[in-house]
Amino acid sequence: MQKVYSTAAQALAGQLRDGMSIMSGGFGLCGIPQALIDAVRLSGARELTVISNNAGVDGVGLGTLLETRQIRKMISSYVGENKLFAQQFLSGELELEFNPQGTLAERIRAGGAGIPAFFTKTGVGTIIAEGKPVQEFDGELYVMERGLVADIALVHAWKGDHEGNLVYRKTARNFNPVMATAGRLTIAEVEHLVETGEIDADGIHTPGIFVSRIVHVPDAEKHIEQRTTRSRLEENA
Amino acid sequence: MARTRDQMAARAARELRDGFYVNLGIGIPTLVANYIPPSISVTLQSENGMLGMGPFPFEGEEDPDLINAGKQTITELPQTSFFSSADSFGMIRGGHIDLSILGAMQVAENGDLANWMIPGKMVKGMGGAMDLVAGVNRVVVVMEHEARGEPKLLRECTLPLTGQRCADLVITDLGVFTLARKGEPRMVLIELAEGVSLEEIMAKTQARFEVSLGQQVDA
Repeated sequence: MQKVYSTAAQALAGQLRDGMSIMSGGFGLCGIPQALIDAVRLSGARELTVISNNAGVDGVGLGTLLETRQIRKMISSYVGENKLFAQQFLSGELELEFNPQGTLAERIRAGGAGIPAFFTKTGVGTIIAEGKPVQEFDGELYVMERGLVADIALVHAWKGDHEGNLVYRKTARNFNPVMATAGRLTIAEVEHLVETGEIDADGIHTPGIFVSRIVHVPDAEKHIEQRTTRSRLEENA
Repeated sequence: MARTRDQMAARAARELRDGFYVNLGIGIPTLVANYIPPSISVTLQSENGMLGMGPFPFEGEEDPDLINAGKQTITELPQTSFFSSADSFGMIRGGHIDLSILGAMQVAENGDLANWMIPGKMVKGMGGAMDLVAGVNRVVVVMEHEARGEPKLLRECTLPLTGQRCADLVITDLGVFTLARKGEPRMVLIELAEGVSLEEIMAKTQARFEVSLGQQVDA
């Protein structure tokens, strides 16, 4: 079976429809599947529920799908970097469900692992726990959270082979490996597409079983949100 | 004289112990990294998925794939490891992180903490704050004593909570307080900043607290 597609648009062809749920990897703009997001934009699919830790920034990442008003609902932990998001949310166009970041990651991990619900102490006694079952274990209170899956998961990896085995780079890993497990269809964009067997089998982060389609993005554009540096002069002084 | 931001960070750094795994929040807590005593070894965790955070990179060496939870470019160290956000919060929720230093909008005398939402304003989200206060073994809050003349140390938080009874220590520009996570609520003033009087703290604090200044050390 051939998993490699020549473009992001071809990898998504025939798979998108209005109202579907899409997981999109990344933390801030680090490790986001920009080429696949661009293909979603071009497809014109609307009324999307997007599960992603953040919502991109204006003009980059998921921010581009906000511009075209393709997103109806976001499930995220932090959306502070996006002015358009604030506008659409305040005008009622956009629905928003906040999840604590660790709860979001675990919901996705659980969803991909076939676990429909779990208990966590995160959020007990806060508005996050409202309406959810709370149970005591060993003298402490825990709130029940549901596992989360999506129709499609879009992830960005540093390296991938033709089997769909993936390796991520540094903090660009973030939500990508868990999301890869939780999509009914998972599509990975990879910066380096290598022959099967070239990746050390002990060093594979996402086994290919989780990845249905792969697209090579050799010139992935990367963005830095907060460029912080130290000066060599001060360091030497 | 009230403590400056850097003096508050330096005071918070005195809570670090050799061998600690520590998560630092955004703002003043980030400055704590500048005051880690050279005699101890502390490993910084970044909740996006990194253990062993190094300093900011030299100009020209920024790597877009290497950022901290504040989305700032950083560097790695020889002992650095990278992992998924699920593993990262497994560390946090599972009690493997020794200390979290973070900011707050309000802290109540029973240790309740609010730092993520002001009703009526556009809410940015809680990020990892709720997981950190629920899961990390010891939570140190660093914040200004007042916000625009209003007390932030209260009998009860008026803002939506980030966590219930989760603050162990509060360091403000005026003083340092301990709190009890279990049993009867008990807030104790243990230090005054240099030049700050007990009367000033009492006037600017709504929460009820005991005073035990025996171990007072100025930062």
